[in-house]
Amino acid sequence: MPAARPASSPSPSSDPTTADPGATKFGEVVEASVDSVTGQCHTLYGAPPLGTLVRVGASLFAVVDGVSTAALDPGRRVIARGAGLESESDVYAENPQLERLLRTDVTLTVVGHEEGGRYFQHLPPLPPRIHTFLYACSGAEVRGFMERSDWTALVLASALPTADDVLAAALREAAPHFDAPRAFLMQTCRAIASQLPTDAARLAAIMRRLPLSEDS
Amino acid sequence: MTTNGTEPAFPVRIGAVVGGSLSRGLDVRLESARAVEDVKVGTFVTVQGQFNRFFGIVTDLQLESSDPRMASAVAGGGAALAEALSGTTAYSTASVTPMLTMTAGDEGPQPARSMPPHFANAYRASNDDVAAVFGSEDARHIWIGSPLDMEDTRVCLNLEEFVKRSNGVFGKSGSGKSFLTRILLAGILQRNAAINLVFDMHSEYGWQSTSESGYAAKGLKQLFGSRVSVFTLDPASSRRRGAPTDYDVVIGFDEIEPDDIAVLASTLHVTDLGVQSCYALERRFGRNWLLEFLNHSQEDLASLADSMGENPGTLGALRRRLSQLQRFGFMSEHSTGGSAVRQVLEHLQDNRHVVLEFGSYGDNIAAYLLVANLITRRIHGEYRERTEKALAEGKPQPTPLLITIEEAHRFLDPGVAGQTIFGTIAREMRKYRVTLLVVDQRPSGIDGEVLSQVGTRIVCQLDNDRDVDAVLTGAPGSRELKTVLSRLESQQQSLMFGHALPMPVVVRTRAYDESFYADMSVPGHGSAPGAASTPSRSDLFG
Repeated sequence: MPAARPASSPSPSSDPTTADPGATKFGEVVEASVDSVTGQCHTLYGAPPLGTLVRVGASLFAVVDGVSTAALDPGRRVIARGAGLESESDVYAENPQLERLLRTDVTLTVVGHEEGGRYFQHLPPLPPRIHTFLYACSGAEVRGFMERSDWTALVLASALPTADDVLAAALREAAPHFDAPRAFLMQTCRAIASQLPTDAARLAAIMRRLPLSEDS
Repeated sequence: MTTNGTEPAFPVRIGAVVGGSLSRGLDVRLESARAVEDVKVGTFVTVQGQFNRFFGIVTDLQLESSDPRMASAVAGGGAALAEALSGTTAYSTASVTPMLTMTAGDEGPQPARSMPPHFANAYRASNDDVAAVFGSEDARHIWIGSPLDMEDTRVCLNLEEFVKRSNGVFGKSGSGKSFLTRILLAGILQRNAAINLVFDMHSEYGWQSTSESGYAAKGLKQLFGSRVSVFTLDPASSRRRGAPTDYDVVIGFDEIEPDDIAVLASTLHVTDLGVQSCYALERRFGRNWLLEFLNHSQEDLASLADSMGENPGTLGALRRRLSQLQRFGFMSEHSTGGSAVRQVLEHLQDNRHVVLEFGSYGDNIAAYLLVANLITRRIHGEYRERTEKALAEGKPQPTPLLITIEEAHRFLDPGVAGQTIFGTIAREMRKYRVTLLVVDQRPSGIDGEVLSQVGTRIVCQLDNDRDVDAVLTGAPGSRELKTVLSRLESQQQSLMFGHALPMPVVVRTRAYDESFYADMSVPGHGSAPGAASTPSRSDLFG
């Protein structure tokens, strides 16, 4: 399969051979729309941190905007099992079935896609197929995709009440992958500033969540 | 239009047009932090439209913000937030007033009546741009200074146009008016643009005088020798200063007319009634009325008043006031037949430039007013006659005459401008080829009607708001110019605008020093040969 398969392709695009070897597979798509994706992790509590840049299949990029863990069967509520036990790990040790009865879900905000080796920081034409694999991006992918900052517009424009936190988390997660983390953060913040021309207060709130030491 | 073969300087982009209007000026968003601090009020800017190039001047600078609540949002935000906001939410704009349009390949800069579109790029004007606008030094243009921050660019003034109108050099004392005036006079002399008559109140134009810094500035006589004649009212003072003079001026009482007294009325504290009495006295005694009147004793005065139907008190007061004139050393009881005045006229007719030094009388405003008015009145009559005759006979008109007066508000204040000959000259003598160069520190004291006739205005620093308003009255874009004017440094900087310049310009005046003397020592003009225009001029004199 060619590496440059368009994201719009309805065929399975989760072929692991196209993935960056540094990327880590952690789950697959269980619900998808053009702008947001819900994925289920392959292991309980196996979700990447909030704000992680995720590759959906071969060509779609999204940011983790929420992580939740609940009973696999929504009709059967989890019950407390720790009475009389010493620690939380004892609960799992005593009830090995829990690993199978619980699931960890991630929700993702779509921020762009790749086509023909180029990154596009706008929505793909079609959502990914269900069961497409999810990968936490490698450092090289993060640098490649976040070199430009237009993706921040999609997060800012999302209806999430936590959009600002997600954006700040995404920047915090991405920064260590860059040689000059502060320069990356400042460049992105300036892009955010130009997207929020009438809302300096919101920019200030986002920036307060970032590791920007004042003396540097 | 480039002046030389050198490559144009690399254009420095400062930003792009984001709004504005022709009357208020264009808003140019400054794009770099460097531009924000580098661009100054008065800086020349070119804006490249799609079809035209616009030449303008920065008249104001603003710090803008796209978020009206930014000030509260950034409180305690720190350096990183400031860094993110500057150039994005917070930005700077320069107001650029478009002055001229330069269309490729046609007749040169035209007054701007259109605007560049949005996002047109704005650049710092290069030397070639400035040369294209102000011309370069030649038989008509004199290099007068450099635009601010463009030390190697020359702003030139078209002297031929300059002398066609009355002009003003304004500025508070010590701001460099005299040096500017010297440069102008020397340029006019060298290029034969006009004949100068200078009423040199403080004796600084004829022979050398010392500047505030102790530098001895050469006078016109030293630069141009026999082409300049120095007349003096105070030979003793001239001798003390070692300044050679050509003539001692003596004025007979019979040369004074009631009109001259009218001009002096407020200075001598003569009442309106007193001025009226002067006219009555002239009718009674004729030409020599003043001396006859002053020679009347107190008792004779009563019978004179009686016979004239005047109030003896009025005549008594008038006599006391007018007797001040007898104290002037240059007044002669016995008429010399007006020889001094005639000498001045003859020199002017001979195309020789005249500087009239007042010596110690420079501090006596009455003496200054009296003499300047008296001589100018005669010249006015003479020039009017000559021009009318030349017109009637189809001969070339006389060489333009430029009369330089200092403390001009004394001659031209609203109370006396209607009476003095200077008011008349400022208003109508352009037709008769006589114009004024008004040097003054209180332009607000000058009659508005006269001021509106001033063609080219050269303004050094002014402190008084009324003076600033007066000097900018009627100038297009006066509000913007006011900002520029208020930022002038106290010395060697001036704002020039009006008839002889295509657009207003702030210049650092060129130094009046050895290199200027050297330029002036070349007949014709400084560097470039101007042979083409010289014959036509000599034809004119012939």
